[in-house]
Amino acid sequence: MPPQPVSDHDPRRSSLTLVFQADPVSIRQALQGMLTCPPLSCLRGEDRGMAELVLAEVLNNVAEHAYAEAGGKVEIRLDGDPRGLRCLVVDEGREMPGGQLPEGRLPCGPYVALDDLPEGGFGWHLIRSLCADLAYARVDGQNRLAFVLATGS
Amino acid sequence: MQLKTQTRPKVISVLVMEDRIDAATAIQFKERMRDVTKDAPARVVLDLARVQFLDSSGLGAIVAVKKLLGPDRALELSSLTPTVEKVFRLTRMDTVFTIHPSLEVAVASAASV
Repeated sequence: MPPQPVSDHDPRRSSLTLVFQADPVSIRQALQGMLTCPPLSCLRGEDRGMAELVLAEVLNNVAEHAYAEAGGKVEIRLDGDPRGLRCLVVDEGREMPGGQLPEGRLPCGPYVALDDLPEGGFGWHLIRSLCADLAYARVDGQNRLAFVLATGS
Repeated sequence: MQLKTQTRPKVISVLVMEDRIDAATAIQFKERMRDVTKDAPARVVLDLARVQFLDSSGLGAIVAVKKLLGPDRALELSSLTPTVEKVFRLTRMDTVFTIHPSLEVAVASAASV
């Protein structure tokens, strides 16, 4: 069968915008809602799991750091594209320290002592490992984080 | 956060009955694990067969439980789903934990020591 022409109604090319509160329970509900709608619902298996992971890490960072667990509004926009899923996350919390994204180095090397095992610090490493074209800007009191999730694995 | 435990002579297994351990439930998971492993034998096997999603908060909580158990009791893992397995691999935490393909293998390995 020849490849199907991509129409304007191709759900893989859908966009989705969602605004919600940045707290762990609202973030979980928003993720579960997003996963059932295009474009995320068009992703398969591992792509879908990894997309959920990156979005969870980014959104939980907003709740924990930008809003320091005091709550606030976060907006996410997803644009489906056959080459990848373009994501934009906007919040009105505190600026990234130094106006820069964290490096995302792993919090420890191998053979670390039990007491020294890290209980956090994995988030940015996961984000940087799983997405491309990460771009951060502080514009008019907003944090704007854009990235692309590879799809089609 | 529901956990189902089964005690054997040298090993206790803990099945997580939820499909995710995330930022919303990580603290609760850690506290429940502390309760159920209070009098645990030398090996604790955490069965993650039902967990489809684990984020960095959930991973941090699993590491915290390993530390809570101290040097004389081991926390081992079994039955990782593909997404969860990838989180362990990407963070190199797969080098810190003994990971068994199934609970049966984990229990047999614990019993043979």
